[in-house]
Amino acid sequence: MNTLFSQEVPLSWYLLLSAALFTLGVVGFLIKRNLITVFMSIELMLNGVNLSFVTFAYQWHAVKGQIFVFFVMMVAAAEAAVGLAIIIAVFRARATLAVDRIDLMKL
Amino acid sequence: MNGSLHLWLIPLLPFAGFLLNGILGSRLPKWLITTIALLAPLAAFGVVLSAAQGLFTTGVLGSFPYVETCPVGWINAGTLHVDFSLVLDQLSLVMLLVVTGVGFLIHVYSVGYMGDEEGYARYFSFLNLFLFFMTLLVLAGNALLMFVGWEGVGLASYLLIGFYFHKDSAANAGKKAFIVNRIGDFGFLIGMFLLLANFGTLTFSEIATKLGQDPSWQGGILTVIALCLLLGATGKSAQLPLYIWLPDAMEGPTPVSALIHAATMVTAGVYMIARTHVLFDHSPFALGTVAVIGASTALFAATIGLVQNDIKRVLAYSTISQLGYMFLGCGVAAYSAAIFHLMTHAFFKALLFLAAGSVIHGMGGEQDLRKMGGLWKKLPVTFWTMTAAVFAIAGFFPFAGFFSKDAILYAAFLQGTNGKILWFVGLVTALLTSFYMFRLWYMAFLGKPRSPEVHPHESPWTMLGPLVILAALSVGGGWIGIERFSEFLAPSTGARAAAAGTGHLELILSCVAVLVALEGWLIADKLYRRKLDRPAQWAAALPGSYNLLAHKYYVDEFYGASVVKPLFAFSHYLLDWVVDKGLLGGTAWLLGGTVTFAGAILQRWQSGNLRSYAAWLAAGAAAVLLFVVVPWASFLATLSTIHFNVAGH
Repeated sequence: MNTLFSQEVPLSWYLLLSAALFTLGVVGFLIKRNLITVFMSIELMLNGVNLSFVTFAYQWHAVKGQIFVFFVMMVAAAEAAVGLAIIIAVFRARATLAVDRIDLMKL
Repeated sequence: MNGSLHLWLIPLLPFAGFLLNGILGSRLPKWLITTIALLAPLAAFGVVLSAAQGLFTTGVLGSFPYVETCPVGWINAGTLHVDFSLVLDQLSLVMLLVVTGVGFLIHVYSVGYMGDEEGYARYFSFLNLFLFFMTLLVLAGNALLMFVGWEGVGLASYLLIGFYFHKDSAANAGKKAFIVNRIGDFGFLIGMFLLLANFGTLTFSEIATKLGQDPSWQGGILTVIALCLLLGATGKSAQLPLYIWLPDAMEGPTPVSALIHAATMVTAGVYMIARTHVLFDHSPFALGTVAVIGASTALFAATIGLVQNDIKRVLAYSTISQLGYMFLGCGVAAYSAAIFHLMTHAFFKALLFLAAGSVIHGMGGEQDLRKMGGLWKKLPVTFWTMTAAVFAIAGFFPFAGFFSKDAILYAAFLQGTNGKILWFVGLVTALLTSFYMFRLWYMAFLGKPRSPEVHPHESPWTMLGPLVILAALSVGGGWIGIERFSEFLAPSTGARAAAAGTGHLELILSCVAVLVALEGWLIADKLYRRKLDRPAQWAAALPGSYNLLAHKYYVDEFYGASVVKPLFAFSHYLLDWVVDKGLLGGTAWLLGGTVTFAGAILQRWQSGNLRSYAAWLAAGAAAVLLFVVVPWASFLATLSTIHFNVAGH
């Protein structure tokens, strides 16, 4: 037990997990049609990034990375509030949440 | 001298009139336009008169030339200093009196003549603008300021020739006048550059001083400068070979022809030569060229004038011919005689044009002499004033033209053998002049009316008043006599050439001139009163000569084929097609086409599909990551090393 827990988890594991989370987010963002799912994918990407921040902060004994994570979380919270409001507004206007139907930016 | 003469008011008053009528003219009532337009030249004339009177009564003629310089310089660049300086001397005083005096009369005449025309305010603003530039030209104390006036009168001339711009012929005539004048102006400019290079100054008085210090300086660069200036003068004063614009300039309103293309602007070349006469005095060759150009132009234009049927064209060729006399006068160094003729010519030629305008006005716009006739009963005032002018230009004693033409011919006669030839050419011209003027007189005023359906009417008094005043001047304008006139002008144009002849000789020559004029009258009387079918018979008997004259020696056609056509072809094929459409247009098309083509491809990226944007973003991030992670630099270095090794073998 002791030996098991005293053994440090290697840095690369954290980073691999972070990369896996981020990639999941990217793939979800690209392939999902529902706007809410896309939104959740963004959160996933943010958290993947957060994990790598924390990892490096721990590794280098630098508190800056951790502070940065708080900033990201704060922004993500604000973004969730604003983003959900936009999603509701879009749904009211277009009666759909399929991203390919929301293409007003097209020339 | 007590106080200033306020010379600057002379050009600036008409300029104010131009600004007022030009900017506000369309909103002002007609009487106000007229008042402004007439007050400007009248006030300028008043300033000239008061300047003249102040100088004569206080007896300070010795203080001439009187110079007024603007305290703020114009150009100060290194050694080059040019000021706004106005100079009043005997020469510019005479010229100013003519310009503002005759100018004012023609303004008054215009009120009647242009009364029913559209663009009344535009017309008067241009006329005032012309006076501004003309007085500036006359008063200028240096060549550059004179050039400003010189170009300005050209502009005013262009605007007024093309006054009826909706008519193609008028618009084209304006362009022709402007372009032909550009050729002359080019000569003037080159002359100025050479003056600057050789004298370091453009001020007339300084040039005269420098030449006076070195009396042995003859010919050479002075000849070149004088010939360049002469080219400018031939353009403005419609001499050979640049006279072609003046007959076409008759497309403008008749008072404009009187003011600009007879009395004042076209004499600017003569004035310029008189103003720079010190240069010509130092170059016998240039002076001889002036005389030859003058004499040949006088004869050449007079022969064309013989067969013209448009009343204004006859007068136009007559103007060219008379300007030739003035050049002849300048060319034999009789500048005062030339200026004397300039003055009397301004009187009688303005009168001729204004009377012709009165005829055209009365005939309802008809200009063809063949459709006139018997007008003396219908237009009595016009007839009698015109008669005075005809006698004056023909050179009958004691009309004004007699004295001035006689002075020029006498001065020419005294210039050795070549002078005798010039004198003879002048005499033949006098015969032709007398003939074509009496021809016009007979065809227009005497005989039977040839257009019974037209009912001519006499013009209003705004038009007849100036006619009467000018008629008085045409009769008495020469009585001052060339001796006193030369004496007066001597400080600015140099003393009259020492009279080598005797009083008898002058008297004999005068009698010859008058007899020649009488002969011209008799021929015209025979052909156009007693034997009316003769001219047509002669024209039929001599078709070659008649056609040559009727087509004005085909000079326009010659210039068209030798200058205009090649230039046009050059512009059309090389400049338009190759350079403009090919080179410039092609480059623009290529640049624009490339961007459009690229845009057409790239616009597919802008699909509006959120996920495609995101995919490209992700792909870009992946590419950057790949670029950072993969050690390209060492990879490339390895590659090149291999290559190097291969090459090393």
